[in-house]
This record gives sequence, structure tokens and C-alpha cells, in this order.
Amino acid sequence: MKRVVVTGLGCITPIGNTVAVFRESLYAGRTGIAVFDPNMPGAIPAAKPMRFTTTAKVKGFDPALNPDQRLTSGVIVCADSSAQFGIVSARHAAAESGLLAHYDPAQIAVVTGCACGGRAADEDANRNLYLHNARVPPTAILRTMASSGSSLIAIEMGISGSVLNISTACASSTHAIGLAFQMVRAGIAPAAITGGYEAALTFGFLRAWDSMRVVSPTGCKPFAADRDGMTLGEGAAMLVLEPLEDAQRRGARIYAEVVGFGMSADAHHITQPRAEGAALAMRRALDDAMHAGIPAPAGRVGYINAHGTGTPTNDAVEAAAIHQALGEFAPRIPVGATKSLTGHSIGAAGAIEALATVLALDAGSLPPTAGVGQVDPALDLDVIIGESRPLAQDKDLALSNSLAFGGLNAVLAFRRFTG
Amino acid sequence: MDDIESRIIELVAKTKGVPASSVGMDSTFDELQIDSLDKINLSFAVEEMFSIEIPDESLNSLKTVGDVVRGVHSLLADAPPGTATQ
Repeated sequence: MKRVVVTGLGCITPIGNTVAVFRESLYAGRTGIAVFDPNMPGAIPAAKPMRFTTTAKVKGFDPALNPDQRLTSGVIVCADSSAQFGIVSARHAAAESGLLAHYDPAQIAVVTGCACGGRAADEDANRNLYLHNARVPPTAILRTMASSGSSLIAIEMGISGSVLNISTACASSTHAIGLAFQMVRAGIAPAAITGGYEAALTFGFLRAWDSMRVVSPTGCKPFAADRDGMTLGEGAAMLVLEPLEDAQRRGARIYAEVVGFGMSADAHHITQPRAEGAALAMRRALDDAMHAGIPAPAGRVGYINAHGTGTPTNDAVEAAAIHQALGEFAPRIPVGATKSLTGHSIGAAGAIEALATVLALDAGSLPPTAGVGQVDPALDLDVIIGESRPLAQDKDLALSNSLAFGGLNAVLAFRRFTG
Repeated sequence: MDDIESRIIELVAKTKGVPASSVGMDSTFDELQIDSLDKINLSFAVEEMFSIEIPDESLNSLKTVGDVVRGVHSLLADAPPGTATQ
């Protein structure tokens, strides 16, 4: 089994379209959540107002104009925004790591997560068809495929190894990174580009979430006493994974080591989460780390980047799961949630949060959870609010949790890399 | 039994796949095994059926079929004339 490290990062997010800007926003608590335009494309003017008024949208993304986001007109025409975010993020991560010059592109893997596919393209085509009997554009199928991002990444980079997309709702990209980690660790792929992309903030999507009554009218406040729901977001993040030995041999910049992956299903309910399921995934990630030679990993966890959606139910169940999985250590482990800055980007959320986790370990500094006035005391968690905190000297592990609708749980364990 | 009551009982019975005769005003959501998702779905159907809007706060306090029936009566009474179907 090989040790696996992260050597390249890329992102397009509501708080930054480069990793440098994302990092700045993460530590400054600069939120990407803002009031959305009620007259967005496709909106019905006479529609009754929704319960919420904010989302977290990507800003300043223009692949026709911005040189570092450039996509050809051929790609733009057949790729929905979700895939476009994914391609540009992957390009940034690959360029930083330089993996294409060191590994055989015929063997490199691309493993992505995207749950909603090209939702905007789908709605546009169907609206015009059903309302106006319009012809459906020949690119409609290509723009709606959830896997088109992974395909277009492979096409752009000439990668012909294992290329696939995973759809497990809000855990999609954590499952993707976990699978890519297992492939590189086992030598199935010499290196991988992995992460997730999503851009589903259409009028129809927002209305569907409105009907579920889980979106916050006041803004996402994970683990807060007055939390009242999630905020929807979009974006993409990509990581390059490769074996430690190879990365060191070629002098690559190493951000962190991936040491464990755990997944589980609640086998319980399509919307109601159960703590036992999430706890099992966390334990499995830690067991995985232990089998890789890290003794007593629970005591070494110095940061948990929680799923932390801000809904009353998720945060209570996730807190219970943290207590079940980490026992006596749980109340003293610093916990943070990134969604109060980035919103919940569904299939991309796990990748964006893995990025935040890797950056936190790299800097040895844990970013604060924005938007929280008072932490819910009933949760008995040490939630990081206000200022960032140093990673404790005697801790070197971090977990990144993703807990999806349908009870599909995925947890990644990372280790601080000190050379 | 008034019309609102019978329509809601019918809706609940259909949603849970049980005979309408087994559902009454005193039937609790627990007895009927109506979970949070069923509750959201039922509320949506009731909103559509009576052209009303059930506020989130009221939704959380609904525990029995009777609570729903009384809530619908109250929302219809508050609605401006001509805005509701009932």
C-alpha cells in the first residue's frame, strides 16, 4: 500500500476562483452568500416569494474572457456551468502539481462528484419545449450529463485512465476523493485528479428546496443555537493525489497526506439522518488510518470539517455522531463548517470542504465558522467561531465529513505533512 | 364530518395506504407513522387542495389529523374572500 499525498489544488467557489483567494476568504470569514435576483433567468414573475432570499453563487467566472478560465467555444457550447467549473478547477490543480509531465496520461485517473448534472441546461430545454413547442438543442444531452465534466477534463488533458463521476447527493465528491485515494493507494492508478463540481441554482431547483422547508430565511449558521436551515451554493474544487514517494522524488509541493476513508449507509430513511450511520463512516475512516500505521488515531484528531449544513436536524445528528465516533475526545476537538461561507454546493460540497481541510492542515491553522453568534450548548462541541485557531501541537489528523440525503455517508481523514 | 375533514382524512389514508375508516380526528401522526417527510408531503398536498399556505411554525406544531383540519379551517377563515377554493 502506498502513502498518498495531495500535491495540487484548484477551485471555483463563491468565495474565490483561485486557491489563494479561497484561502484568504476562508480565514477572513468573507462569505459568498448574498441575496439572489428574484428575476433570475427562468423565474416566473408572478410566482409567490420563497422562504429564503439568499444563495452562494460563483462570481467573476467568464471562460470566454478570463485567461485563466479560458474554455474554447466548442467546450462552452456543450458544457453546463457545473462542468465548466470542474474543468477549470482541474486544470488549475493539474498545473500546480505538474502531474501530467510525470505520470503516464494513459494511467491517470479522474474521479469526480456531481449530483445534479446540468440542471440549468435541462430546465432551459424543457421549458422551451413544453411551453413553446421549441426544438431541443442538440447539445442538451451533453450539457445535462453529470459526468460531462469528468469527460471534458480527460479530453482536455489527454487522460485515458479510469475516468468516472459519482453521484451520491451531498456526499458525491467526498466519495469521489475517497475512491481516488483508494485507487492511488492500491496502485490501480499512479495519480488522480479528483474532486467535484456543481451549479444547480436554477429557479426550479430553488423552488424544489423551498418546498422541503430546510433552507434558511436568515442565512446558514452551522451549529448555532439559532440555526434555522441551510443556504444553497455552487462551485467546484479539485485535488491531485499521488504516492508520497513519487511526489518526494520529483520535489512536488505536498499540502497534506490522505490517510483514511470511511463510508456507510444509514439504511434508515431518505431524508432523516441517523447518528449511527455517520459515526460508522467516521470510525471507518479512522480505522483505515490505523491500518495504514497511525496508532490510536482518534486521539490525534485536531480538526473536524463538519458537514454542518445549519439545519436543526443535520447539526444535532452530526454532533451526536461525532460523540459516538470519538468518545471522550469529542467535546475538545475543534469543529468547523465551511458552508456558512460557501453555501451547500451539493455534489461539490465535499471537495470544497476537503480543500478547506487540506489548507487548514497545511497552515496549521483552523478557520473559524462564520455567521455563528452562540454555539448550541446542547451539542457539546468545541465549534471554532470568531478567530482562527492553531492546530494543537500534539494533533496531526483532520476529518472531513459529508452526510448525504438518503443516509449516504463519506468521511476522509487527512494528516498534516511535515516532511 | 364536514367536507374539509373528510378530504383530509382521505388524503392521509391514501398517503399512508390505510383505509379511511381507520383514520379519525384523534389519530396521531405517531400512530399513523407519519414522519417528517410525510408531514412535508401532506402539508404540500393540503396547501394545494385548499389554496392556502401553512407557515413553518404551524407545521412544527401539527401532531394529529384534527390539528390539520382545525388549522385548515383557521387559515381559510383568515383568507380574503375569493382567494380560497373552499
